[in-house]
Amino acid sequence: MTQLVWNGLFVGSFYTLVALGYSMVYGIIKLLNFAHGDLYMLSAFTGFAILGAFGGVPASMGLLALLAVLLVTMVASGLAGVALERIAYRPLRRAPRLSLLITAVGASFAVEYGMRAVAGADPQVYPVRLGGTAIEVFGARLTLQQLVLVGAAVALMAGLNLLVTRTREGRAMRAIALDPRTSSLMGIDVDAVISRTFFLGSALAGAAGVMAGAYYGKIDFLMGFLIGLKAFTAAVIGGIGNIPGTMLGGLLLGLLESFGTFWLGGEWRDVFTFGVLILFLTVRPTGLLGERVTERV
Amino acid sequence: MGNNRVGLAGLLIALAAPFVNASPYALAVMTSTVIFVMLAAGLNIVVGYCGLLDLGYVAFFAVGAYTSGVLATRLELPLVATVPVVLVVTVIAGIVIGAPTLRLRSDYLAIVTLGFGEIIRISANNLDITGGPSGIYGIPPLTTSPVVFYYLTVAVVALAVLGAARLGRSRLGRAWRFVREDEDAAEAMGVHTYRIKLAAYIAGAVWGGLAGVLFASQLSAISPNSFTFLQSALVLMAVVLGGMGSVPGVVVGAIVISLLPEILRDLADYRFFLFGVLLIVFMLARPQGLWPARSKEPLT
Repeated sequence: MTQLVWNGLFVGSFYTLVALGYSMVYGIIKLLNFAHGDLYMLSAFTGFAILGAFGGVPASMGLLALLAVLLVTMVASGLAGVALERIAYRPLRRAPRLSLLITAVGASFAVEYGMRAVAGADPQVYPVRLGGTAIEVFGARLTLQQLVLVGAAVALMAGLNLLVTRTREGRAMRAIALDPRTSSLMGIDVDAVISRTFFLGSALAGAAGVMAGAYYGKIDFLMGFLIGLKAFTAAVIGGIGNIPGTMLGGLLLGLLESFGTFWLGGEWRDVFTFGVLILFLTVRPTGLLGERVTERV
Repeated sequence: MGNNRVGLAGLLIALAAPFVNASPYALAVMTSTVIFVMLAAGLNIVVGYCGLLDLGYVAFFAVGAYTSGVLATRLELPLVATVPVVLVVTVIAGIVIGAPTLRLRSDYLAIVTLGFGEIIRISANNLDITGGPSGIYGIPPLTTSPVVFYYLTVAVVALAVLGAARLGRSRLGRAWRFVREDEDAAEAMGVHTYRIKLAAYIAGAVWGGLAGVLFASQLSAISPNSFTFLQSALVLMAVVLGGMGSVPGVVVGAIVISLLPEILRDLADYRFFLFGVLLIVFMLARPQGLWPARSKEPLT
């Protein structure tokens, strides 16, 4: 039972990290960034390549090395997100939303199958596993590394929340989310802020990618597709565009899945998740913490 | 209308093709292409006419193929006899996914349809009645001769394309375009937008389902692997490439998309990468597609 909760929170923290980027980008330019999940995949592979380049890690250094790789990968992934925005989304900012969505689908494909062409279609085995000695906490088995990863995830979330609510940068983001045109009239460099938003969101997805690689131990070029959908579901549950809501949604989804898997069996897990998504969109499309918005174009 | 002549020419080319090359491989490729044209024509109703981005369109294809396959193998019905049931089931599938979600904005709808597509695929993969991962095999073909089946497919699909084109010009079709151009204005002018969108959804579902029956008959075996997101994306690509809302454009787009992999066999690894890049390039450079319904027609 405690184990289920723990697994749920652990997986939920991955979902949350990915969902935050989704939610931020949606909040600021109202775009569902389909390729967001693929940035997560990209980072898992980047982390893999870096670890491979150093020829594996001694077991005692596993954790430190992992954190260092995490940092490097976050930067790389952030830059990839910025590039994506520049190439595929910025030229279409004034275009109809349908074409923007289709570009996003195209970008997702390009990243997925680009990676497949580079790294091959077979799953790769991660050189660092979060083995280690398990300790018992309230009847659940968990390892030190798992605890550290969750700690890192929580720290990232808290940092992001501070950034958005307390800094000038965050204020600019919120202003653009409300009204990009007025913001630019008030002297905000809208393009630059959007770029930085993409950087932050993609960096968080990057962190999740490396963590997931180390946790599951196996990565493949399609791993981003499903997590993208899950992250979106998490964002919708909590309220897309709303940062605390997204965090709540991610953890909740992790827990729901953990228990759903326990009751229904693993093969129905994703069906269960998408069922939850459809239910939520039908009953409460703004999510748990989202306020009603009247959308008029 | 000019389109009539274009359609006739297309039909003649399709009818003449087996006289040029009737090897089993060529026939199989041509039949698949024609079935793909039907899928694109169906998705064109949803995305092109009505502006609803459906990213799980292949779900209806799967529903049609599986309904027909299950009935044909379990009850030993001839495939033709399953068609009425397929129609009913696909209409229900269209309503089930459309009714709760069509009130949502376009991007939510896109993700929900994507989720729905995955639900159908995973269910097919896990249920006993659909044969699990290995699928259903031994589906009786509509006819035993590949050439006859090809002509049969061409006939069915020609009717379907014609039907889609006529629907697009009908009163309902004009309402679809109105909803696509400006949903609020349409609503204000007394168009029942929800019902109109649901109609587009159901029509798309029926086209997809019937294409599924043809598909099941052609391969005589179906498995969940045929109904992945990739397929949905490819059909969408055909619609976008050809020109959303334009019937001749979409037919050309479908032919290009389904023949391209055969031509680009050497580039196997880069094929889908290229597809993705093409989608982006098209949206940036020529969002109206190769053969637009009208030049410079705005989207959405």
